[in-house]
Amino acid sequence: MAEVPSGYTVLHERPKAFYDTFERKGELQQQTHYCPGCGHGLAHKMIARAIDELGIQDRVIAVSPVGCSVFAYYYFDTGNVQSAHGRAPAVATAVKRSRPEAIVFSYQGDGDLAAIGTAEILHAANRGENITVFFVNNAIYGMTGGQMAPTTMLGQRTTTSPLGRDPFNEGYPLHVCELLATLEAPVYLERVALGNAKQVMAASRAIKKALTNQVKGLGFSLVEILSPCPTIWKLNPAKAQERVREEMVKVFPPGVYRDHTTERAARPAPPPAPGLDELPRLLDLEGHEFDRTGLERPAGLDLRIKVAGFGGQGVLMLGEVLAEAGLLLDLEVSWLPSYGPEMRSGTSNCHVRIADQTIASPLVAQSNVLLAMNEPSLRKFIGDVETGGWVLYNSRSLPEGVTAPAGVEVLCIPFTELADTLGEPKAGNIVMLGALLEAAGQLPAAAIDRALEMHVKSARWLELDRRALELGRETARKELANAYV
Amino acid sequence: MTQPNVQPDRGYVTISAEECKGCGLCVEACVPRVLALAAHLNHQGYHPAEYAGAGCTGCGLCFHCCPEPGAITVYKLARPAAA
Amino acid sequence: MAKQLIKGNEAIVKSAVLAGCRAYYGYPITPASEIAEAAALYLPRAGGVFVQAESEVSAVNMLYGAASAGVRAMSASSGPGMSLMQEGISYLAGAELPCVIADITRGGPGLGNIAPEQGDYNQVVKGGGHGCYRTLVLAPASCQEMADLTALAFDLADAYRNPVVVMADGFIGQMMEPVEFAAKAKAPGSQPWAVEGNRETRPNLASSIHLEPDRLEQHIRHLEQKYLRAEREAVRCEHYQTGDAEIVLVGYGIVARILKAVVDEVRKEGIKAGLLRPITLYPFPSVQLRALARQAHVFLTVEMSTGQMVEDVRLALEGRKPVEFYGRCGGNAPSAAELVQVVREVARRSSPVLIPDAITKTEVCHG
Repeated sequence: MAEVPSGYTVLHERPKAFYDTFERKGELQQQTHYCPGCGHGLAHKMIARAIDELGIQDRVIAVSPVGCSVFAYYYFDTGNVQSAHGRAPAVATAVKRSRPEAIVFSYQGDGDLAAIGTAEILHAANRGENITVFFVNNAIYGMTGGQMAPTTMLGQRTTTSPLGRDPFNEGYPLHVCELLATLEAPVYLERVALGNAKQVMAASRAIKKALTNQVKGLGFSLVEILSPCPTIWKLNPAKAQERVREEMVKVFPPGVYRDHTTERAARPAPPPAPGLDELPRLLDLEGHEFDRTGLERPAGLDLRIKVAGFGGQGVLMLGEVLAEAGLLLDLEVSWLPSYGPEMRSGTSNCHVRIADQTIASPLVAQSNVLLAMNEPSLRKFIGDVETGGWVLYNSRSLPEGVTAPAGVEVLCIPFTELADTLGEPKAGNIVMLGALLEAAGQLPAAAIDRALEMHVKSARWLELDRRALELGRETARKELANAYV
Repeated sequence: MTQPNVQPDRGYVTISAEECKGCGLCVEACVPRVLALAAHLNHQGYHPAEYAGAGCTGCGLCFHCCPEPGAITVYKLARPAAA
Repeated sequence: MAKQLIKGNEAIVKSAVLAGCRAYYGYPITPASEIAEAAALYLPRAGGVFVQAESEVSAVNMLYGAASAGVRAMSASSGPGMSLMQEGISYLAGAELPCVIADITRGGPGLGNIAPEQGDYNQVVKGGGHGCYRTLVLAPASCQEMADLTALAFDLADAYRNPVVVMADGFIGQMMEPVEFAAKAKAPGSQPWAVEGNRETRPNLASSIHLEPDRLEQHIRHLEQKYLRAEREAVRCEHYQTGDAEIVLVGYGIVARILKAVVDEVRKEGIKAGLLRPITLYPFPSVQLRALARQAHVFLTVEMSTGQMVEDVRLALEGRKPVEFYGRCGGNAPSAAELVQVVREVARRSSPVLIPDAITKTEVCHG
């Protein structure tokens, strides 16, 4: 290298955002691993210079997924995260959200971003993640040796489109900037090219702008870089540049596809995190205390309850109130629902156990209380009720052909109809609960009342439920008295 | 290299021969055409780019078009040339 | 703090936040969706992040990003979603990034159904992704354990720098039981290896790529050492009435709960049964099982699958004693009465294989 004559000072030199030597690279630690004339080297250098100029080197985290640029972390003297093929926008999303002060960019090739990672880029852009994406489009898979890319041009021969890309077989080249420009969230989308010095300078400005947007907190920016791949294209570097300049720009017109950088305000900063001592309150862990004064913990209790009915009859809620009341009484409890589509229509049921001993299995196969809100549930479960158990059924009498197992007490009351007299058929479950309290009689009313308070947030409903509970008790009392006459 | 009675060049360029991969993009970009690929090969078997030694305007295009991080350094004349 | 009646799924989230988790990335799926719903409510309240990802593939890669940045992060899913996450779990293990994933299992294969099953054992415990890695797996059997083991999962994830899966069946996820949460919230910590976007962590790199065979082998050996350490130090299991057990029942999750009732029942008849409940499915309590082989005549593994964990039981016992298997699947849980029959049968014979179809179908929670 010639000696620099005196009187000259450095104008352009190796950017500081590159490592001095590429130690993570095995050999030739001054050079990149890219082929001569490759656009990646240029793009890297423009990014590194922009980082220098913005003074953000310490804050930058580069996310490099699979492609020729998988080793970007050899070069950028910044925080580095290497990621799976196509997933960089998802990774970058979480890096940025975890460290909002960081400047996070993903650096992706065309296969990575526009084929395997299509969902990730689309949704990161649509969420308006405050990240910067550099999308290097060279219309080919370079790293794996020249297979077709989603951006391969019509007629272009690749190892997997050996006769040239045919729209009837391989479809058309994907236009990423145009596609993302249909979304509302992105702030800045520009396509640039590396076809000659003028285009390179324009690309350099776009790259810096895309990073600047993130520094300002404006949101999602993407720069698509039409880039030469001389080796796979089998062209010398100058001819490859010419192809970018002459052919690629016709298929992928350079230009600004979105620029909301002037009108868009910075995204609001996340609110400050609460103190650790506030977490129990914020997690709704407080307010479950219950004054047990005057309440006796029922001894020897082992309620195995099955509540069943149609979705919407309050079956699960009824079970929850029972379990909650048990917990308030310092008993062991479990509540196990059926779940899924049948929750929303069709039959629904839950298993509730309330016991003074540790509950082994929360499943109730043999119940000692069956609360059946409808006939199908009654028919399905009545055979499993044990001797000495109770069946409460939502009608005046058992349906024809249904009998309770021997030794099982049956109480038939039209709970929904009774609730109707209160003006709210939906309170039928609570009327039934009242009847159960009267029939089984082991759960103190105060515990049920407190459990209702915890589960019913609206004052109107709570008042209604209390009346429903009382109506159920009263009706059951009368029924039971009649039964023993 | 500069001759005493000639206006010195506004710029100067150095090329690290061992970092250069001989792609020639700097040669393409150079407006005053003062860069060329050398006849000799470097250690990796590339013809590295060379500066003719005079005529650099310091425009920096060769630097911007070079894909290697540190192969090219461009200098500018620090002080105005003596009249 | 007073006990709270709470769904297992919701308990996971509250416990995670108390354990310092500040990021949740996930995609809804029954029967795990309450986890995402609770996370959407509580993570932002705690100053954390909740993002509903576009897929489980994205969700697990968001975990990768959050973990790279040194944040305690979690996700949750069920069988089909876990299958999609396997790629990312392999990367997380390869890059030594800690995170917690809850798998609330449902019926498979394919879309299967949404009822509880334990058919995810192989994909979760054996590692459904590529490469020589393991995931630590915890199997809660109650809502209280959903909370406790989630907190433990975060500590294990950090200690081993590895993903940890909390695997519970849909029953445990959907049911409500009283839970007592940790009295004190843990502050989110920081990790020296994290990539945080500041000067101190600028040299850090999160990556799973090692191009040189020698370097990759060295890395894999390093991972292997961690797993061997976990096998020595992280095993957890519960013994129930195993002291004099001649027939040892082995089951995890909801099955273990049912088996406890079965042990109580058959002991009334004089059958000396006990239960070993693996709490860590990986590392598996092989040593503990082998120890029981000295006195036990036979082992009976019960699963809500056609037999996945039973292979680990057999490997642990290395042929020392016969290992019987009984399984229900498709969303059916075996009832205690059904299992009492099976235990009687196993106790009566010495080794024949049981055919589940011979047992009458009993009522389960669904349908």
